[in-house]
Amino acid sequence: MVVRHVVGESAMAKPRTLFDKIWDAHVVETLPDGTAVLYIDKHLTHEVTSPQAFEGLRLAGRKVRRPDATIAVVDHNIATDASRYGRIEDPESRQQVETLEKNVVEFGVPYIPLTDVRQGIVHVIGPELGLSLPGMTLVCGDSHTSTHGAMGALAFGIGTSEVEHVLATQTLLQKPAKNMRVTVDGTLPLGCSAKDIVLAIIGKIGTAGGTGHVIEFAGEAIRALDMAGRMTLCNMSIEAGARAGMVAPDQTTFDYVKGRPFAPKGEVYDRAVAWWSTLPSDPGAQFDKEVVLDAAAIAPQVTWGTNPEAVLPITGMVPDPASVEDADRRAQMARMLDYMDLKPGQKLEGLKIDVVFVGSCTNSRIEDIRAVAALARGRKVADGVRAMVVPGSGLVKQAAEAEGLDKILLEAGFEWRLAGCSMCLGMNPDKLKPGQRSASTSNRNFEGRQGQGGRTHLCSPAMAAAAALTGHLTDVRNLQPLDAA
Amino acid sequence: MKAFTTLTGVAAPMPAANIDTDKIIPGRFLKTIARTGLGKSLFANMRYNEDGTEKPDFVLNQEPYRHAEILIAFDNFGCGSSREHAPWALLDFGIRCVIAPDFADIFHSNSFKNGVLPVALPREICEQLMEDARMGGNVRLTVDLERQVVVRPNGEEFPFQVDGFRRHLLLNGLDDIGQTMQHASAIDGFEAKQRAAQPWLYA
Repeated sequence: MVVRHVVGESAMAKPRTLFDKIWDAHVVETLPDGTAVLYIDKHLTHEVTSPQAFEGLRLAGRKVRRPDATIAVVDHNIATDASRYGRIEDPESRQQVETLEKNVVEFGVPYIPLTDVRQGIVHVIGPELGLSLPGMTLVCGDSHTSTHGAMGALAFGIGTSEVEHVLATQTLLQKPAKNMRVTVDGTLPLGCSAKDIVLAIIGKIGTAGGTGHVIEFAGEAIRALDMAGRMTLCNMSIEAGARAGMVAPDQTTFDYVKGRPFAPKGEVYDRAVAWWSTLPSDPGAQFDKEVVLDAAAIAPQVTWGTNPEAVLPITGMVPDPASVEDADRRAQMARMLDYMDLKPGQKLEGLKIDVVFVGSCTNSRIEDIRAVAALARGRKVADGVRAMVVPGSGLVKQAAEAEGLDKILLEAGFEWRLAGCSMCLGMNPDKLKPGQRSASTSNRNFEGRQGQGGRTHLCSPAMAAAAALTGHLTDVRNLQPLDAA
Repeated sequence: MKAFTTLTGVAAPMPAANIDTDKIIPGRFLKTIARTGLGKSLFANMRYNEDGTEKPDFVLNQEPYRHAEILIAFDNFGCGSSREHAPWALLDFGIRCVIAPDFADIFHSNSFKNGVLPVALPREICEQLMEDARMGGNVRLTVDLERQVVVRPNGEEFPFQVDGFRRHLLLNGLDDIGQTMQHASAIDGFEAKQRAAQPWLYA
């Protein structure tokens, strides 16, 4: 018999990234070709991408393997005014909500109904209720599931077939992603926020810059962000094509988690924190791709085109297709300008806005609403502008009202609405009309995204507020909060 | 799922990069509880005027592309949302293969689960296939998953790579939940260990 000296595993172990560690902890089995059966700790579902999955289970006679690891909520297709508490007007929306309500009963899945104060956008309520925790694998049939990576979780969007797969098996068949690190050093200037960081990153690496990779956001400017900011950042990592975005859990994370309704408590919390504290990437861990940005060089960002990489500082000018060498890119840019009704060389600042939308899983948390209210206090929404603030959840709404933010916003002429996805995606009553131009805190400026023919300029909550109050795209750095008299 | 072995058909040219899922199937069509019936809404904003009439210059409104079974496009096809309605709409229209230089991850994965084959080929090759596709009715492309080649009308072949496991499922029309169910005891074992180590993950 050969006796081998066993070296301590930790001494021999290759340095691992945050992603590697969470991945390794969830591999049930690896198939011969390298595909992993990956265990999923938490599954969030909603009305739009789940009906066909439950139907699939029903047809195959399958059950939900872990209802206790699953939760359902309605958010995408619902109205954000009081009309939703009656009979939902749109027959298709009504059918989707009613189908979800039948499915959660039939399959025993916990459900947060429209009438529950905890109802809200799935990516807002996950962290808020302590459903999303560090170290987890978390999925949802929605690409912006990347949001939950802010908790130090591996969280990604899946299609409906995969929703069905997770419901039935609590696993997914996955190949490991590559590791990418985006480091943002330095201090973010006044007037800028996490939204400006992530738009600047997408502007730099492009909408496919993260394809096949999980992005870990690191650096001084990221560490300085609060949890809401980290959620905004990770939320839009999908807009860079990444499979997921993550921020290593730290004291900010642990403090945020503590005391949330579904978070571990007491001795179990301490055990959890002990494990979560081992998750940050090891020194020397290898990343397949590295990008570095200087936070101090970031200015308030605004998109000018029809994908999120078509972004510039607010001080910028609409680019000229004639300056682009590649013929296809030149044609694409010309098409964008045509759709957006913009001319080369036109200044972004001063562009007249019809609608302002503050909301979506990107920017609808209490911190975002405070940023808008701080500028709105003592001012009025410009004539001819429809400005709406849509809190991300009933609890966000409640918190804002406890602080009196609703009064400030209503006084200034903003609409104060009920929680939901609202004008982010053009599938509920909140839509742009053809030709309308919006300043929006949401995440996608694709053609028709906010309504057929609508023109979207993505920006931060503060920039959206500035646009609402002046009636045009405005550099928020020139608009100071008025003193609370 | 319908198996995919070899497909010979008309290819529609869509020479654009970043064809996102909102273009493929706009949000307002996601209010369905079925997987079928979305073909008429495929590319709706590009395909129809506001009054519902067809835009004659859109490729899928032209013969022979109304009967296209293959789509040729440029980089980052399917970027954006996780909506599986995108491959459902393509499939319902009759398109069973998209050829592009690269694909967004979620769309790529969703396609395989529905018997729609995403074929990634270098940009230069996509440009050649785009030219073939532009020749219209007399031209057929062949996509052979068994041999992993795309065959041009002139007989020239371009080999492509595809994940072995996904290829196996697609060639045989297999449901991957059934595959995973074969690992049920390993999943049970994983849960028992995880429950002991991380009890907060279990209600």
